[in-house]
Amino acid sequence: MRILILILIVFAMPLKAIDTYTFENPENEERFKALSSELRCLVCQNQTISGSNADLAKDLRKQIYEMIHKGQSNQEIIDFMVERYGDFVLYKPPLKATTIVLWIGPFILLIIAIVVLIRIGRHHSKPSKLDEQQREQMRKLLEGQGEEK
Amino acid sequence: MLKYLLPLVLFVIMLGFLLVGLKLDPRTVPSPLVDKPLPGFTLPQLDTPDKVFNPEQMKGQVWLLNVWASWCVACRSEHPILNAWVRQSGVNIVGLNYKDETQAAKRWLSQLGNPYSTNVVDADGRVGIDWGVYGVPETFVIDKRGIIRYKHIGPISVDAVQSILKPLMTKLAGEPA
Repeated sequence: MRILILILIVFAMPLKAIDTYTFENPENEERFKALSSELRCLVCQNQTISGSNADLAKDLRKQIYEMIHKGQSNQEIIDFMVERYGDFVLYKPPLKATTIVLWIGPFILLIIAIVVLIRIGRHHSKPSKLDEQQREQMRKLLEGQGEEK
Repeated sequence: MLKYLLPLVLFVIMLGFLLVGLKLDPRTVPSPLVDKPLPGFTLPQLDTPDKVFNPEQMKGQVWLLNVWASWCVACRSEHPILNAWVRQSGVNIVGLNYKDETQAAKRWLSQLGNPYSTNVVDADGRVGIDWGVYGVPETFVIDKRGIIRYKHIGPISVDAVQSILKPLMTKLAGEPA
């Protein structure tokens, strides 16, 4: 029973980090939510800034909040982060020379897979190379097996 | 023959990727600040809060900015290495005391030794954000013109000092200011 209660408590905990920020208008709040879930928390790496309780994520949420408050655009805020933490801070990496493999790699793999599939398919549908005599022999063998049973 | 060799070759290639991947440290994120001018700041010094420090003062010198805090466990492991390095070759290390309590930071230095020529206080971590700090300790190598030339993430090891930092700093010292 105790364990059950413990499990319930753990699952009842909020999964998102919570701060109390007040926004002038709902659009700004939406922007805050969108931005903080587009940016990676570098300490935890597999969490967004919005989902992390790490100290740095808190600081960066505060930074985003203040920049929105000052009336800066989404692009300005994203540029600010990229300037400091690099493209890695973005969950959607930009299309650049260094990230080209990331973007087109899956398509190249898909093309290779299709080519391989087609070749295997052709290989299997080739007509058999037995001549008439071998065919006769094969028929006999198969029939012979049938008689034995 | 090729039919049987091809899967083997593909397997070896994939194995190669895996081996390289195993050696990469996912915590080391390349800093966009390398080869760029350092982000400027003016911060109070740790032992004399009425005095400020500005990296402009360091123009013409090759120096290190070491981001540390008394709450940082990994800093404890690099601290003796910094101490020894300073004792041996008098390297110029400025400490950025990141989101720390002044008292705790001072106690830390008096107990473990002080390798820093100057320590500055970044109480709210603002300068840390400007420098793209995400995991303390971090160390920046800055050249005579105030350009960041290298960033070391995580605690400095003896090996990193010998094979990377020292040779780099010697090279930078030879560059014109």
